[in-house]
Amino acid sequence: MTTSEVAWQRLDRRTVIVNTLNAAGVCVVAGVPTGIGVGGATSPRLALAIIVPAALLIVGVVALADHLRWHKTRYRVLTDRVELHKGILVRSRRSLSRERIRSVDLTANLLLRFFGLVTVKIGTGEQTGTGTSLALYPVSKAEGERLRTELLDRTPSGTGDGRRNGVLAAIDLGWVRFAPMSFVTPTLGVAAFGAVLQVAEWFGLQEGVITWTIDRMRDLPLVAAILVLVVIGMVVGVIGATGLFVEMWWQYRLEREPGGTLRVRRGLLTSRSISLEERRLRGVELVEPLGNRLVGAARVDAVATGLAKQKESEKTDHKTLLPSAPRHVADRVAAEVLREDVSPTSAVRLRPHPVAARGRRIRWGLACVAAVVAPLLVLGWLLSVEVLLHLAWICAVVLVPVAVVLAIDAYRNLGHGLTGDYLVARSGTVRRGTVALQRRGVIGWTARQSIFQRRKGLLTLTATTAAGTGAYSVHDVGESDGLAFAESAVPDLFGPFLERG
Amino acid sequence: MSGTSQGEGARLRLRPPRNQVDRRAVAWWRAGILVFWAVPVLVLVVLGILLPGARFWLLAPAVAIMVVIVPLAIGMPLWWYRVHRWEVTDEAVYTRTGAVWQEWRVAPMSRIQTVDTQRGPLEQYFGLATVTVTTASAKGAVKIPGLDHELASDLVRQLTETTHATPGDAT
Repeated sequence: MTTSEVAWQRLDRRTVIVNTLNAAGVCVVAGVPTGIGVGGATSPRLALAIIVPAALLIVGVVALADHLRWHKTRYRVLTDRVELHKGILVRSRRSLSRERIRSVDLTANLLLRFFGLVTVKIGTGEQTGTGTSLALYPVSKAEGERLRTELLDRTPSGTGDGRRNGVLAAIDLGWVRFAPMSFVTPTLGVAAFGAVLQVAEWFGLQEGVITWTIDRMRDLPLVAAILVLVVIGMVVGVIGATGLFVEMWWQYRLEREPGGTLRVRRGLLTSRSISLEERRLRGVELVEPLGNRLVGAARVDAVATGLAKQKESEKTDHKTLLPSAPRHVADRVAAEVLREDVSPTSAVRLRPHPVAARGRRIRWGLACVAAVVAPLLVLGWLLSVEVLLHLAWICAVVLVPVAVVLAIDAYRNLGHGLTGDYLVARSGTVRRGTVALQRRGVIGWTARQSIFQRRKGLLTLTATTAAGTGAYSVHDVGESDGLAFAESAVPDLFGPFLERG
Repeated sequence: MSGTSQGEGARLRLRPPRNQVDRRAVAWWRAGILVFWAVPVLVLVVLGILLPGARFWLLAPAVAIMVVIVPLAIGMPLWWYRVHRWEVTDEAVYTRTGAVWQEWRVAPMSRIQTVDTQRGPLEQYFGLATVTVTTASAKGAVKIPGLDHELASDLVRQLTETTHATPGDAT
């Protein structure tokens, strides 16, 4: 078949309806508060007379523009490449080589799902440069699936092992209990208060809301009032975190498809399908935020090439293969994903680091406490404000034990080891990460030593890799041990430059 | 000392790379520090001359900056010069950089993706160049600053030839 015989295809025509509805929605959301604001200042009729035609104009322009965009966008899949022509004023012609395609991700928000449409994003997994992905917004769901299977279909590699295909993990709604035990909860709680004040401000009611709240709280002592606000914030945060988890992970399934592709499907309102070629996988990271670790839960992230340059907001959810789940599930999924019998993160015998590393962590912890307490002391003393002095010692009494406990925990979590084809490194306390990295995925070593570390005989060893964050570190390992570890993990990198004595 | 080596017998150390950077790098680093800090000092001094009322409060920080920076500009480049070393073997590029934080980096030939030189205006004045060797890792770039610029271009040519001859997909 020659190039000219392959027919060009268009996006789904219903994009015009979808985008028109989207624009209408935005107009309503933005127009109503504006209308109330303008109407309050002048007269309701005038407000309607301005805002309704403006909204209709915007919706009309969007509909027309989207129709033009649909008309001007064409794509086709050739035997060796995918081509996309688009652009209303500035025409752009892009072509991706098919053998460089590493991912085909499908997402559909509620509106797209209603019309049976999906957005297709075809990526090449290159770390640098632009023009490494194509987005088709939108095509029909069947067309999306067809593109996905066609573009990711590769002849099964020799390691293809039939019994490991199929569903590797599926959602257990009990996991939702781990969702609120993270930083998401307080963040959402604080954000909720902010949102209430912001909305109140749009309607010019901000002062009213604040006075109303103070009136409710007047009879309570200050401490109780603060507690009530904190509890409300936490409750909102817990509800928010739970809701977020359900939205993100509803109908979650992790599957392995013949041909060596891992596929994550999930989402309540917005459905997502994320594919990851196993060829790109260089290991996994078992992530245990403090709250989850205390109740024995862990999350599994992929360490894969070509994921690093996702947008900041997409980064965590694209690489997550398993949301926070009981530790034994996480271990099993990690093992399945890597096609091992036991996950390297649990098979490994981690070697502890020198005691000097503990002293360093305690000193860092105390320095952080001092950074909080010292300004309070200085200000309190200079300005002779007794409250600040009291605050200073209360902070010190509360924070010093916390800092010391976290420091000791951080030290106990340090470890490194080798098992089979993997090197494993663990560190962190608030977020404990245990990374298992394939030795062949290590493309360089960096050893880093501050003058303080030098005095204690420690160094920080970093394996650089094309995958994940690009570098994974073994923190504060004994100098000689660390170098021996580096050499036995990946021979002949540091080897020729080592000396004994 | 707690770091007794286990299993291997003798203690392991990374030996310094064989080559030092060009001696002119010291002057280049010094000039860099002085040029960078000359800007705020000059602004403060000029304002101090123009505004007699605030003269003390403008000139005092200028003097303070100079008191700190001039010894640093004399001392730090000497320290950097002693630490910065590099070596290219048939298999790898190996560097040592830094001062307070020292860093040893190794990138094997089979994983090298690009080799570039950069020459800022000051480097051009001193006849120097910086060679950057990147790998597929976002954080794996190896930099050799302060090389004689002719040596640097020879090095780039040599590295490019070696990496082309070395098999490997670089990830």
